[in-house]
Amino acid sequence: MVLYQPDRSQYPSQKADGSLDIDLTSGKYLKLWQGPQHPGITGNMSLELTVCGDEVVEAKTHVGYLHRGFEKLMERRTFIQCFPIVCRICVPEPDFNEYCYAAAVEELAGIVAPERADWIRTLILEMGRINSYMMYLGGQAGSLGQGVIGQWTTYVRDLMLDRFEELTGARIYHMFILPGGVRDGLPDGFAGRMEETLQEIERTMSDVYDVMFCNAVFKKRTVGVGYIDPALLEPYGVTGPNARAAGVVKDVRKDQPYLVYPQLDFEPVIGHDSDIFTRADVRRRDVLVSIDLVRQIIAKMPKTGPLMTKLPNVLHWKIPRGETYIRGECSRGEYGYYLVTDGSGYPRRVNVRGPSYTHAVALLERLIVNVNISDVAALMVSLHTYPPEIER
Amino acid sequence: MRTLYAELNKRFPLGELTVQREDLGFITVEREHLRALLLHLRDLEGFTHLVLLTAVDWMEEGIFQLTYLLSDRKKRRDLGLRVMIARDGASMETVHDVWPTAATYQRELCEMFGIDFPDSPGVHDPFILEGWTDIPPYRREFDTKKYADETFTHRAGRETNDPAEYMKKQLYPDGA
Amino acid sequence: MKDELKKRIITGPDGFEFEVDPLNDYYCDAPPKVHPPAYVKIVEDLFNWARSESIWILGFGTGCGAIEMRPLMTPRFDAYRYGVQWRPTPRQSNLFIISGYLSVKTLKRVIRSYEQMQSPKYVIGLGSCTINGGMYWDSYNTIKKLDEYLPVDLYIAGCMPRPEALLKGFEDLKKIIRAGEGEGANIYAKNFDWYKANQKKVIQDWDMPDYNW
Repeated sequence: MVLYQPDRSQYPSQKADGSLDIDLTSGKYLKLWQGPQHPGITGNMSLELTVCGDEVVEAKTHVGYLHRGFEKLMERRTFIQCFPIVCRICVPEPDFNEYCYAAAVEELAGIVAPERADWIRTLILEMGRINSYMMYLGGQAGSLGQGVIGQWTTYVRDLMLDRFEELTGARIYHMFILPGGVRDGLPDGFAGRMEETLQEIERTMSDVYDVMFCNAVFKKRTVGVGYIDPALLEPYGVTGPNARAAGVVKDVRKDQPYLVYPQLDFEPVIGHDSDIFTRADVRRRDVLVSIDLVRQIIAKMPKTGPLMTKLPNVLHWKIPRGETYIRGECSRGEYGYYLVTDGSGYPRRVNVRGPSYTHAVALLERLIVNVNISDVAALMVSLHTYPPEIER
Repeated sequence: MRTLYAELNKRFPLGELTVQREDLGFITVEREHLRALLLHLRDLEGFTHLVLLTAVDWMEEGIFQLTYLLSDRKKRRDLGLRVMIARDGASMETVHDVWPTAATYQRELCEMFGIDFPDSPGVHDPFILEGWTDIPPYRREFDTKKYADETFTHRAGRETNDPAEYMKKQLYPDGA
Repeated sequence: MKDELKKRIITGPDGFEFEVDPLNDYYCDAPPKVHPPAYVKIVEDLFNWARSESIWILGFGTGCGAIEMRPLMTPRFDAYRYGVQWRPTPRQSNLFIISGYLSVKTLKRVIRSYEQMQSPKYVIGLGSCTINGGMYWDSYNTIKKLDEYLPVDLYIAGCMPRPEALLKGFEDLKKIIRAGEGEGANIYAKNFDWYKANQKKVIQDWDMPDYNW
């Protein structure tokens, strides 16, 4: 077989400090902006690509289009006033913000949420994870032109949103997990309707497997593309499915179990090839794990019991000086809140550590070099990045 | 956590230790020992994952607290290193060669807090803000409400209440 | 001014040298014009009916409201049956949905995208944060009143509005267009200086041409 050998004589040479010698006026290179108004980008961010022919030689990510200054806004809101705004930080999976914030405040204030609240929190986080993966699968297939997968997964995601609506009263921003517990218990007949939804998702997942993962085009475009070297995982802080697809079992649910995960029976999914296909496959199998977890939670959770601990008067709630870090495994990796209090009624500093922060900036800039332009969208989606958690 | 602290204390002069949880501790470190300590923790103690690097503004005391949070996945523990630096002309040594991803954090800190990290790649490039001329927004003296009032026009008709006063009025209308 | 907007001489791959002046070569320097109705009422009504039945949305998710666009595009809510569809480029679309809060950095891109759209064009402000800042009323980086920067035809309130609310919004927009009141592009052209002054007040580093078409 004759392999295609591109003519690399036109490619930029390296300077002494390792940067590329790119002279834009030479006419050999072209600067392309992908985003923010571009369908092939996840959310509202942009990539500044320098291309030679159809290959990317240098890339820079630009973020900040969604910056609202949450960390500043929270410094001038009381602890309970922060609770309704934190979920706005990350749209497709807002519950992790609520959980991490609530857990951090609880730890510093020395309150413990009741056990039943912990079960409901776990249930919500797993439901949110399924939602987020559904969004991802549609996006990943869509980035390679398979629009139909997005139609299916968005439909079943909508069924899950209905369950959310039943439970919390809202579709996207639930504002349900507040410091001290959760707002409400499960409605009547929830388990049965949840089971129907899960079965529908399972049916869709088997269709997705047939149409997407067994598709020759999808395989050709993704196998071996976008390889993350396992040696890059630690220096670049890669977590979650991106790390698990490289054969490293990084899963906070197992490593540092929180909520009721020690009582649940599951195995983190791993892959070994660390390319786009494996990352998609890891996430597909993770959906099945999450479905199983939701079933286990609903079967095992206590049916009665308190949902909220008694809080002090939230209008005059002062938390003693301290600092803590709470993490959870969201669908993209390690999500964490670093909370510092100074004894007043307002947080001193809240820092949100979103997994996309490391994935979408440093790692993506490195991975995207020498990739064909047409694969940039697929590669970017495969890291499963959500810009709002980078810039908050 | 305490055994780790005792062991580290033999090699490095360390400040106080706060044990927040069984698996999470914070140690105050002098800035000149930070780099050696980070390398020691990364290469010998297994803290290979830089979770986050952020700053806390203690304006009243005139210092910035930089927090380097490291994680050791195998032994399931986290360690935060607190470094106090002066607030005026804040500047800190870069650690981007220890963790390449630190360059992103340093870029953000430079923009949002005005802490300079000489030699960190692209540290002065705009990261989140564009065309920002005011003081760095995450500093405590920056008043976001005042800035918003001056820069943007608000639509009339928005009421703002102090929550405590408002609840008092709602619950006890006769002022009891 | 940015480097790429400066006048420069470029050597092509074939060795041919030519001068590029981006501001003159890439952009038109004429201000937008008001286009009054050109035909008799019955013809204009026909045009407006046709416009109202083919609302093509620019696929630019500027904020969190973009997440409710996906369900609208898919079988559950299926906005396509009302003649609403999403287009990838501003040149093909006539409705711009500002989906939520606008940071100053995005506002710049939104203005460019809006100006590149063809007339007649409409703007929907989605969510409370476009109306009065919503949750971010004291944020230093989001605008508070969208209609100061772009002519807004319709607001859909909520945080965030449900897909049903959006469908109702599309129906209302159709009524506005059919009544011949969807005059956003003309309002923008008429008050061009006022809009530009407002935009420049917020965007402090104005490093793009005034006319982006």
